[in-house]
Amino acid sequence: MMRLIASRLAQIAVTAAILSFCAFLLIALMPGDPIDLAIAGDPRLSAEDAARLRALHGLDQPLMARYLAWAGAVLEGRFGHSRLFAQPVAALLWPALLSSLELLGLALLLAAGFGIALGALAALRPRAAPFVQTLALVAQAVPSFWLGILLIILFAVQLGWLPAGGEGGWRYLILPVATLCFANLAAYARHAAAALTQALNEPHIRTARAKGAGERRILLAHALPNAGVPLLTIAALDAGALVSGALITETIFARPGMGKLIYDAVMGNDFNLALLALLVVAIVTMLATLAADLAQRWLDPRLA
Amino acid sequence: MIRLLVALLLLALPALAQPQRDTLTIGITQYPSTLHPNIENMVAKSYTLGFVRRPITAYDADWQLICLLCETIPTLENGLAVRETTPDGKDGLRVTWRLREGLRWGDGTPITTADLRLTYDAGREGTTGIGPAEFFRSAYEFIAEDARSFTLRFDRVTFQFASLGDFAPLPAHLERARWESDPRTYRTRTLYDTEPTNPGLWNGPYRITQVQAGSAITLERNPHWSGAAPAFRRIVLRTVESTPALEAQLLAGQVDMIAGELGLPVEQATALIRRTGQRFRAEYRPGLIYEHLDLNLDVPALADRRVRQALLLALDRGQIVARLFEGRQTVAQTSVNPLDWPHDANVRSYPHDPARAATLLTEAGWTPGPDGIRRNAEGQRLSFELMTTAGNRSREAVQQVIQAQWRQVGVEARIRNEPPRVLFGETLSRRRFQGAALFAWVSAPESVPRSSLHSDEIPRAERNWSGQNYAGFRNAEMDALLEALPQELDREKRRVLWHRLQAIYADELPALPLWFRQDAHLWPAWLEGVRPTGHLNPSSLWVEAWRVR
Repeated sequence: MMRLIASRLAQIAVTAAILSFCAFLLIALMPGDPIDLAIAGDPRLSAEDAARLRALHGLDQPLMARYLAWAGAVLEGRFGHSRLFAQPVAALLWPALLSSLELLGLALLLAAGFGIALGALAALRPRAAPFVQTLALVAQAVPSFWLGILLIILFAVQLGWLPAGGEGGWRYLILPVATLCFANLAAYARHAAAALTQALNEPHIRTARAKGAGERRILLAHALPNAGVPLLTIAALDAGALVSGALITETIFARPGMGKLIYDAVMGNDFNLALLALLVVAIVTMLATLAADLAQRWLDPRLA
Repeated sequence: MIRLLVALLLLALPALAQPQRDTLTIGITQYPSTLHPNIENMVAKSYTLGFVRRPITAYDADWQLICLLCETIPTLENGLAVRETTPDGKDGLRVTWRLREGLRWGDGTPITTADLRLTYDAGREGTTGIGPAEFFRSAYEFIAEDARSFTLRFDRVTFQFASLGDFAPLPAHLERARWESDPRTYRTRTLYDTEPTNPGLWNGPYRITQVQAGSAITLERNPHWSGAAPAFRRIVLRTVESTPALEAQLLAGQVDMIAGELGLPVEQATALIRRTGQRFRAEYRPGLIYEHLDLNLDVPALADRRVRQALLLALDRGQIVARLFEGRQTVAQTSVNPLDWPHDANVRSYPHDPARAATLLTEAGWTPGPDGIRRNAEGQRLSFELMTTAGNRSREAVQQVIQAQWRQVGVEARIRNEPPRVLFGETLSRRRFQGAALFAWVSAPESVPRSSLHSDEIPRAERNWSGQNYAGFRNAEMDALLEALPQELDREKRRVLWHRLQAIYADELPALPLWFRQDAHLWPAWLEGVRPTGHLNPSSLWVEAWRVR
């Protein structure tokens, strides 16, 4: 097991290095560097000013030299300064990360909980299955920006019960969490229904029923652990979303999270911020996948 | 006893019903990338800083240059501006300003010429990278006459010599040591961005007390402000980038007003006012945002002036403004705004005239082809690209109408849009557009359009792609006017030059004028005293006049 973990961690390190270079290359090759944008915004900038600013920002250096300088600084723990927000990158990343973790963590937890419950309902009560399937279909089909605006109009504008957006206490979380939870519900519900239906038809479930075990015990102790493997895969993939944020929901509800931060950084050509944020997302996704693999092996030793 | 309680309750009810309005929450759609007054120009920063710091001079709501921190606007007549010869033997100016008495930073430290000396030193030092570069190139000497008076010597004569809008004092007692320790990295170490709640950074009616990066900035009254006391104890500037979300927050009462400088598009604001009745008030202020179509004059068809004139005649701009913007844009004839004093009301205009447009195109050798699109003698179709910023819904709608109206006179416009960063950062600045590009210029009152019309300002690689003459317009008389205009100090003589400039513009059409955009300012019915300016000096510079009705 330790060998597996060590080998996977090494893979993650190599992948992260390759990813960082690819991301750097892609951002650098995007049209319009910060000085081009500055020239477009200030007609009084002369050719000499442009050259001076390029040198000041290090943009006159070859691409590889710029990448190596950035990577070297990151390895030493110097993450640089955000050009867009005039703040150290780490100072911007942490609040955004925490905000996204709070929003998406809660939304995904609720989505998984409700989704699995609906899946179990569909598996245990076949008459309820069409309802669950329809609900899952609607949840998957409804665009989150539309649902978000609808919820704002109803609960914030018309009824005035909840804030329309921004950050504050728990009340500010309800509408964005509900929006994201509904959008993520479908995958858990459909996968849980399929996996539990299959698990409930296994011979050992019939044996348990024959031995007189109650339905709750059968579901929780026998069926769910067997159905957990595909659900863990979805959860692992969702872990990346926890730190990559939800751009549309964050924009609609005016919450400064990772999705908005990454979007602004890429569009604003903020190298330091975009690269570090993308790297954090990639590393967390890979670590979550590793954790899911280990959990799957623990749940089903045949996978080892 | 019960009667007494009921009576007291009845007396208290009106007070309970009247909310205490000591906080004003303003919604804006952009967050400032820096709070340093001399680093980067952006509307969000100007608007925010308008509450917390004052420039020495500014243009007011009547577009007149006024003193905010100084006592008198320098003129040749009052002797505060004097013509002189520079040490290099050029014509120059020596201009003196005097700071008002009693000015203090938010920590109580007096504002003196030492603060302006820091601004000057940092601006002149090239490695610091703070602007405005052209100003600091021209101002070759700073002289502190005493604690309140200072003189700048310029190596050129320009009619805008009295304006110091971009030359803002920096608190030397806080920033000089930081700047001197390493001018090259000062941008990342300035207190304006590392400790923006330091009261000593601000000299306006308010100071910044809380910053939530990317989402909100809280301001509270500055106890050391020497001017009229502002009405609100606290102002919160909340950034909501999505305009539907911003509208929802206004309706839900989370924001009290939406700043017109960074707010809702005119059409959205108009619809909102229609729906909400008397709850909000809207003011539509015509401004200096000039929407136009830049034409690449290196495209052979567009190099012909008759084709450009035909393209403008084919457009029904009045109808577009009426239908898409509820009539709330000012149709432009040239790049000079009708509200700006140099505007020539008699300049040639192009009312919608498709028949005249067709005649001009035929004269230029473009005759209708079998598919309705005109062709020249070589059989080439009159077809070119029509670009704008992708995602800008109102421009995309305008683009569709333009395409349809040109089609009616036999011109094919092929729509190809790009994100703003690509369009401005690459396609326009490197002149890679093959036809027309719809976008806007933002300027100041009486702003000489040298960068967009002078032939020296055509972007090219050897000039590091600087310059904004994207059209590639070359006209010797226009070049001469653009050089003569800034140096002409006599207003009436300048008026003649401006009129000639507009006449050339209207004849040659280096760009097709569309309209001047209006900002939609939305306030609650209980707020009064806000005066939008329509130019780059925001309404927040006069916040002490804002009152609860």
